[in-house]
Amino acid sequence: MSSTSNTSTHHTSTIGSIGTPSRRNTELALLVFAVVIPVFAYANVGLAINDSVPPGLLSYGLGLGLLAGVGHIVVRKFAPYADPLLLPLATLLNGIGLVVIWRLDQSKRLQAASTFVEAAPRQLLYSALGVALFVIVLVFLKDHRVLQRYTYISMVGALILLLLPLVPGLGLNVFGARIWISIAGFTIQPGEFAKIVLAIFFAGYLMVKRDALALASRRFMGIYLPRGRDLGPIIVVWIISILILVFETDLGTSLLFFGMFVIMLYVATERTSWIVFGMLMSAAGAVGVASFESHVQQRVQAWLDPMREYELSQQGVIGHTEQSMQALWAFGSGGTLGTGLGQGNSDLIGFAANSDFILATFGEELGLAGVMAILLMYGLIVERGVRTALAARDPFGKLLAIGLSGAFALQVFVVAGGVMGLIPLTGMTMPFLAYGGSSVIANWALIGILIRISDTARRPAPAPAPNPDAEMTQVVRP
Amino acid sequence: MSELTLTVMRLGFLAVLWLFVIVAVQVIRSDLFGTRVTQRGSRREAQRPQQAAARQSAPPPQRQQATPSGGGGRQRRGAPTKLVVSEGILTGTTVALQGQTITLGRAHDSTIVLDDDYASSRHARIYPDRDGQWIVEDLGSTNGTYLDRTRLTTPTPVPLGAPIRIGKTVIELRK
Repeated sequence: MSSTSNTSTHHTSTIGSIGTPSRRNTELALLVFAVVIPVFAYANVGLAINDSVPPGLLSYGLGLGLLAGVGHIVVRKFAPYADPLLLPLATLLNGIGLVVIWRLDQSKRLQAASTFVEAAPRQLLYSALGVALFVIVLVFLKDHRVLQRYTYISMVGALILLLLPLVPGLGLNVFGARIWISIAGFTIQPGEFAKIVLAIFFAGYLMVKRDALALASRRFMGIYLPRGRDLGPIIVVWIISILILVFETDLGTSLLFFGMFVIMLYVATERTSWIVFGMLMSAAGAVGVASFESHVQQRVQAWLDPMREYELSQQGVIGHTEQSMQALWAFGSGGTLGTGLGQGNSDLIGFAANSDFILATFGEELGLAGVMAILLMYGLIVERGVRTALAARDPFGKLLAIGLSGAFALQVFVVAGGVMGLIPLTGMTMPFLAYGGSSVIANWALIGILIRISDTARRPAPAPAPNPDAEMTQVVRP
Repeated sequence: MSELTLTVMRLGFLAVLWLFVIVAVQVIRSDLFGTRVTQRGSRREAQRPQQAAARQSAPPPQRQQATPSGGGGRQRRGAPTKLVVSEGILTGTTVALQGQTITLGRAHDSTIVLDDDYASSRHARIYPDRDGQWIVEDLGSTNGTYLDRTRLTTPTPVPLGAPIRIGKTVIELRK
């Protein structure tokens, strides 16, 4: 009998969600790794370009290490059960991005341009701001469910953020896309922040409405057709994203928002028909707008025939771009293993080489092997987000995590696909890698929210409540 | 800087980049499954059931039944792999036997929650002993647990296919 009482302590099982261990030490080890790799890259670039280890190596390493360390300590203190991979992956991408931006700063070709500014110090500042926002999110957002209270405020906030670039005097038209605003000398891309705020709104909204959307539908030819009135919200979001496309001429942002909504709708309702509808609607919208919007037409032409665009732009015809072809050449000359950091000619891309086209530099200098590793890192971030959504115990957290990671994935797809010529190029930035303050700051906030949700999801469940069905067991009377 | 050094650095950088990815994937490996059965009282062991089952470097406190996924080769011949509910409301429910204890009862945290007025909150449990033989034990239930026709008084080994009756529910172990 003693052996059975012994086994009862060992073998009383519960089925719980993943990960009782906090994994903070794993995170720390990975973070050290994630700081060392960019420092190595930095030294590599310096040796390749100037034949010497760059003088700022130590301070750069310490700076990145400090940012990572602060992030880690805050996670340890405020989100002890959080996912161990999100922070190291974000740190590594941010660090490598900084190095490549610095490498492009050293380019003689880019320095010759009249608009040249040293981008790397600014990006370092933005990264610090991003980590600061990350810390603020973790310290002040004790529970992501608080965000649920602000569902409709988020909607209004997101709409305001999206409309800001259209306000005369505030919005800036930069190379055809009105997605920037200018405040006190800083240009901000409100769309990056709207992404997060909109995800909060969608999560809150769909959590309440998903039953109506999922259950009230007719079956027709194998797919479920939603009722007309339930189509309302998706049509509203579609119209908004079309309006963004028309007035801000930014294909990427509109694709991002609409795609995020369709992903969240699908996850909330488990209805494949939403995906079908979403694809059809976005295709119809994109084709429709492309038929009259000249900016979008240019992008589509550059996508269909980059070589012709290149030749036209070399002949000096206005309104044509050589960048798409340059980017493809950069990828091509990189080959499998790349030319080595600092030894490529991706600076030929010229303008936006360190923001929209930064992936081309990776393609040339690190080759297919390097780009695959980078894309896998993005994939891992998305995977951790989806895993967080699966493990989350509340529907709002699930939807928010899936929305944020879906938006992140879409953004990577839209940018990488655009630069590689898979889809028309859109003016978006590669999260963490590319030069751009709004993007880095917003994505750090996004990672912060994901870490908060994953902390809640992986926290060991509280002790089971006293048995609620404590009714008497009935006795069998023979 | 010499060509050779730069080539070595280039390849070395790619190598560390991939090493990071691989290490990250290794970290994920332990989290791959959304839910897992944790064993109270042996936390350290419960944290890494896969590694423990795979390596056997430190013998776990209770020898675990070879899991169907973990080590097909170590599966004992004739050992049951699943528990099937053959009668009652839950008919058709199966639970994979992976060396974990299965608790039955009306309590919400039971492995199989019996919605049955004639079952007790914690009615019975089924667990593997040191040799991997599955044992059924009545946990002092009001109406008793029956193996075939006999009411259980002590922990009893369960033969394959023998019906275990709890209230209106009948379960059996199958291959």
